[in-house]
Amino acid sequence: MLELKNLSFQVRADAQDKEIIRGVDLTVPDGRLVVITGPNGGGKSTLARLIAGIERPTAGRIFWNGEDITDKSVTERAKLGIGFAFQQPVRFKGIRVLDLLRIASGKPLSAAEACDRLSAVGLCARDYIDREVNASLSGGELKRIEIATVLARRPALAVFDEPEAGIDLWSFQNLIEVFQEMRSESREGSILIISHQERILDIADEIVVVKDGAVDRRGARDEVFPALVGTASAVRGCRKSGAGKGAEELC
Amino acid sequence: MLKLDEIQKRLLLEVADLHKVPEGAYNIRSNSQSAGRQSTANIEIVSKTDVSGLEIRIRPGTKNESVHIPVVMTQSGLMELVYNDFFIGEGADVVIVAGCGIDNCGAQDSEHDGIHRFYVGKNARVKYVEKHYGSGDGSGKRILNPGTEVYQEEGSSVEMEMVQIKGVDDTVRTTTAELAAGARLVVRERLMTHGEQRAVSTYVVSLNGAGASADVVSRSVARDRSYQKFDAKIVGNAPCHGHTECDSIIMDQGRILAVPGLEANDLDAALVHEAAIGKIAGEQIVKLMTLGLTEQEAEEQIINGFLR
Repeated sequence: MLELKNLSFQVRADAQDKEIIRGVDLTVPDGRLVVITGPNGGGKSTLARLIAGIERPTAGRIFWNGEDITDKSVTERAKLGIGFAFQQPVRFKGIRVLDLLRIASGKPLSAAEACDRLSAVGLCARDYIDREVNASLSGGELKRIEIATVLARRPALAVFDEPEAGIDLWSFQNLIEVFQEMRSESREGSILIISHQERILDIADEIVVVKDGAVDRRGARDEVFPALVGTASAVRGCRKSGAGKGAEELC
Repeated sequence: MLKLDEIQKRLLLEVADLHKVPEGAYNIRSNSQSAGRQSTANIEIVSKTDVSGLEIRIRPGTKNESVHIPVVMTQSGLMELVYNDFFIGEGADVVIVAGCGIDNCGAQDSEHDGIHRFYVGKNARVKYVEKHYGSGDGSGKRILNPGTEVYQEEGSSVEMEMVQIKGVDDTVRTTTAELAAGARLVVRERLMTHGEQRAVSTYVVSLNGAGASADVVSRSVARDRSYQKFDAKIVGNAPCHGHTECDSIIMDQGRILAVPGLEANDLDAALVHEAAIGKIAGEQIVKLMTLGLTEQEAEEQIINGFLR
């Protein structure tokens, strides 16, 4: 179980302290799928980065299964079972998809096992395992590989920061299935998704609305969801990007 | 063959991936002596008579054969200048593996300067691999100054892989190439310097015939207080394609000077250069840390991949 207690995060910009996260209390129980939504700029992604340890809070504590992990590094949190999928996947010159999956698994991984991991995110594995994780891959491909690296760790808590950003419609449908499969595979594992996609909110056990750096509302999906429909916190469908042949539908 | 001690065997493994006597033609040079040589029906290796070095003659049409000519040095204070000439017959298709390993445990500098000249016949294909490696904890420096000259006839293709990852204190590498019509040159250089090391690499590639092409790519990492200079010039004297790229990571107090150069002397010469120098992106390290690596392990993975 993850617990955030009175968590705050300030940055200094233009000679002024700006509070990005303001006294957030939040619990993610084992085996639950929690979606954090809310308007852009409200602090959702910052919250995810605080949980992964990429940012350090200026006040408050973070507990993981009762242990205070506020001062633990990104590496230590990863080893404790916290996985994190970046909103903007990182590119590496020279590191292959297979290498990244091997690092993620933390053990020697056969090519066949790596292929399984890629198939789970809808990539035709043979075409990809020897590719470099660099700019030759499209945004959607990188995003799916990013998600595959998190799945390969089998984390006790998987945090996804806007997993739908930049992927095509087909991948998006596949993504929903990935989350559903993760849930059915592990009863104890919990999933925390930052998203304002209606269809992701629709599979949540619990929805948390974060606004202006604070929890605005929270509760079971059925309680919170109806009020969000039609607002910026629950965006429906996908927008078209580009024109003519090769246009992608982006979520 | 050959009586090689454990250090020499280790050097051979590092520079030529050799566990034992190679198949095909070879000459192994150890502490300025030939420690073993074999010619084949198609590939003849003979010693030069005027200067130190070899002549390697590959018959026209020779296919799928290889030549290994590694050099190992384990005596401190040795200095040598060697000329190796390769004559590659028309239509041949061969792999040439060179390379030099120096183990210097003494106080005196050890230096190997190898001048390699390649005369590549029409439509011949050559894959050339050259690895440099230094070891030993003596105060004497390990110095390697390779000079490479490539003369390519029409339709020939040369692919060069130059690798220097560890232990060489001082290098000045000079490579020149002249390409006739339809000839193609691909160079992949990988370099890592550390400590107080210094490495200078200079290329001048002249594309003299219509349809000639060159692709010269260097990836390098400069750590500690080391210094590198990459100076690659492509000269287009005919309708041709040339591309040069220098992609470098700096760490600690490492310094790199990249000087990509292009010279077009023909209206239809298409030449491109790219150069990028920077430290490891912080987000790359963070990503690998979220996969359970420490910061140091993450750096190692990033550099290993970059220099693959």
